[in-house]
Amino acid sequence: MADAAIEIRGLTKAFGANRVLRGIDMALARGEITVLMGANGAGKSTLVKVICGVHPADGGEIFLNGAPFAPRNPIEAIRAGVVTVHQNINDGVIPDLDVASNLLLDSLAEPGAGFFLKGREIRARAREVAASMGLEVDVRRPVRELQLADRQLVAIARAMARKPELLILDEPTSSLSAAEAERLFALLERLRAQGVAILYISHRTSDIRRLADRIYAMRDGAIVGHFAEKPLDYEAAVTAMLGQGLEEIRLDNRPPGAPVLELEGLVLAPGARPIDLSVHQDEVLAVTGLVGAGKTRLASVLYGLEAPLSGTMRLGGAPYRPTSPRAAIDAGVFLCAKDRGSNGVLHDHPLDRNMSVPFLERFSRLSFVRARAEARAARDIIGQLGIVCQSEKDDIATLSGGNQQKVMVGRWLGQPSRVLILDEPFQGVDIKARRDIGAKIRETAGGRATIVMAAEMDEVLEIADRIVVLSEHSLAGDHRNESLDLKQVLAQVAGQAGAPEAGAAGNSGAAP
Amino acid sequence: MNAMQDKAAAAGSGSGESTKVSGGRSATDLAIRYGFLTLLAGLLVFFSVFTEGFFSPFSAVFIFQSVAITGILALGVTFTLVVDGFDLSIGSTATSALMLSAYMMVVLEQGAVVAVLACLLMGAFIGLVNGLLIVKTRVPDLLATLGMMFLLIGLQRIPTEGRSISTGMVLPSGEKANGVFDPAFLWLGRHKFDFIIPNLIPVSVVIFVIVAVLVWVFLEKTRHGRLMYAIGSNARAAALAGTNVNRYKIMAYIFSGVLASVGGILLSARLGRGDIASGNNLLLDSVAAALIGFAVLGAAKPNAFGTAIGALFVGILLQGLTMMNAPYYTQDFVKGVVLVVALVFTFVLTGRRAGAHH
Repeated sequence: MADAAIEIRGLTKAFGANRVLRGIDMALARGEITVLMGANGAGKSTLVKVICGVHPADGGEIFLNGAPFAPRNPIEAIRAGVVTVHQNINDGVIPDLDVASNLLLDSLAEPGAGFFLKGREIRARAREVAASMGLEVDVRRPVRELQLADRQLVAIARAMARKPELLILDEPTSSLSAAEAERLFALLERLRAQGVAILYISHRTSDIRRLADRIYAMRDGAIVGHFAEKPLDYEAAVTAMLGQGLEEIRLDNRPPGAPVLELEGLVLAPGARPIDLSVHQDEVLAVTGLVGAGKTRLASVLYGLEAPLSGTMRLGGAPYRPTSPRAAIDAGVFLCAKDRGSNGVLHDHPLDRNMSVPFLERFSRLSFVRARAEARAARDIIGQLGIVCQSEKDDIATLSGGNQQKVMVGRWLGQPSRVLILDEPFQGVDIKARRDIGAKIRETAGGRATIVMAAEMDEVLEIADRIVVLSEHSLAGDHRNESLDLKQVLAQVAGQAGAPEAGAAGNSGAAP
Repeated sequence: MNAMQDKAAAAGSGSGESTKVSGGRSATDLAIRYGFLTLLAGLLVFFSVFTEGFFSPFSAVFIFQSVAITGILALGVTFTLVVDGFDLSIGSTATSALMLSAYMMVVLEQGAVVAVLACLLMGAFIGLVNGLLIVKTRVPDLLATLGMMFLLIGLQRIPTEGRSISTGMVLPSGEKANGVFDPAFLWLGRHKFDFIIPNLIPVSVVIFVIVAVLVWVFLEKTRHGRLMYAIGSNARAAALAGTNVNRYKIMAYIFSGVLASVGGILLSARLGRGDIASGNNLLLDSVAAALIGFAVLGAAKPNAFGTAIGALFVGILLQGLTMMNAPYYTQDFVKGVVLVVALVFTFVLTGRRAGAHH
């Protein structure tokens, strides 16, 4: 590859006896989006950290524009033109500063930048940067007031202000909706056209299909597949990355049982149409829609975190109006919240304590925790979900993301529930873990009603018996997951389908 | 101790998975786990060998007595640290209890029971206000309790126009205060139980040990303690798991206030007068003890056992230095050094261990 911005040859890296990178060869071309795929723990993050100067390499070489490149720290890497946007969006921006200061932060931090701030000049330059990125925000607004997608774009725009040779994005869409991601993709395409080399790390199949010019598949610290010929063989890449093919998912369509949870005239937001919906025993209902369409709001209402504006809920025929998560849990309605890092994981706690926390009352006698019963329950869940760990006493931080997510899901599967709500249960996990989790959710779905909130259509199709679409806090569609008209569903997700069957929702039938 | 050891072991073995630094790993782990206890043992041996009379039951009791009050306050702060808060008002809560108990007995001529109950109620009330300020009005914990500290320092001086309280003092109204400290109250501060040797163990030490055991059991063995740790780790996750986060936080500040007033009562009973100038060091010493506790057994988190050891550590060090004739003004310096070393211990060593996963 003649126009490779970065070439990596035989790169190795070990932490103690653990060889994380075992000789990586890779070339990232200018004006191309190279996708790096790999299961959790394959070594992707370590590879990125070596390239962007966080870890030194043990062996092998990196060439930047043909010259040897061995950054000793992230600042050197950035000065050399290698810029990384990390997964956690808030690492890339300073929430309390305005957009302008965020965009120009690096130049402000440079030595010799001048002592006093020149507000007008900064804002003018920031507007230039924003405009060149297609970013339409008021540069005087504090970043914390922006949506996630805008924050992400600000982080990238900030990175681009340095005119990098190589832009690395580590799962940039993991917390974005499809529409928000689309804006990011537009920006990436613009950068590609400008000749920037882009290394894109993602689990999301839709991202990869949309963007990739080239795919590297990584497994156990080595590159196991390189796909550059169009059309890119996506399935082969997944197979290479997992070391095995994925089985086709077959949904056994169970007949739904009696209604468990019935919503009548539930209004989630001012101006939204009332929602009538019933969720049945044994049924897995997927609720899909854009970020901000009301999925999380619906989950919050069902879980007693907020009250609906109006409408009633019935659980097993009896009125249900939880005023707190505790009340919901006691009534048998569980919520596995999205974004495990901030809403789920108890950091510095072992696995068993992470799993038992909602049910400590059941694990204690006279307020004293029965540690053995707690550990036993944890071992059960670990076995059932195939969580990779040494014991239930492992600190949760030692687990990979996929396994941490299994712990979060396992927390709520361990006790019987009447309604189990899972908000984005596949967020940030690789496809293998996603299949494991999905299979376990379906396998245990008998005897309860299950509601899965997910924005990604692949995930929805894999798990649901029935699919409900939310758009602007209103019901936009209700389909059985068989002979589905995907186009219609997507149109409803995008809010283009108007409100054809919203009024008659509830059990309204399959797609035509 | 199980919980903490388990945690350390789990973290140790877990990090072994991602970063097996052969040999060095286990040495680091040992240093983290037992470093501070080893240091404590070394200190004991050093003072026993080089200081005449250090190694004796009386010296031991003296150390215990000197750390009992600080230790009780430190156990209170531990609660607030566990829920990821902080209570800066403990020192002034203790001195307020000191003044209140003296006022109840000397000016209002009440008995020991009333005085003690009034102090405990005041402590609980201060804790409740702290908790409500933090939980309901969302004032950051440091600021809320700092404000409370100033408020109390001022408040405790108002009834007597800034003077200490003792029998026979002249009140602002011109009358003479005729009440006396109840002997039953003074018993709390001055009685010593027989233990092998007659008149050995002071009441304050017994109370300290009982409080330490109760706090340890509560934090380590009950679900309430468990949920407090869960809140300290990730309050939002704890709330989504059905925990009433606000109630537990307020509870932590109430415990802190009550324990601080217990400390104040014991101080008052030892002094036998409402001394306006005493208790200046209580806040810093007890916070130091609780923070030193992070380093004990590599817990890297607030814990009752560590706090008790931390208080003891400071007490032994100061007693040893005093007996070696180190000047009094070096004491604060030494305490500061110990605290900084302990914090480095906690955050560098255990931080490196945790850092392996990020």
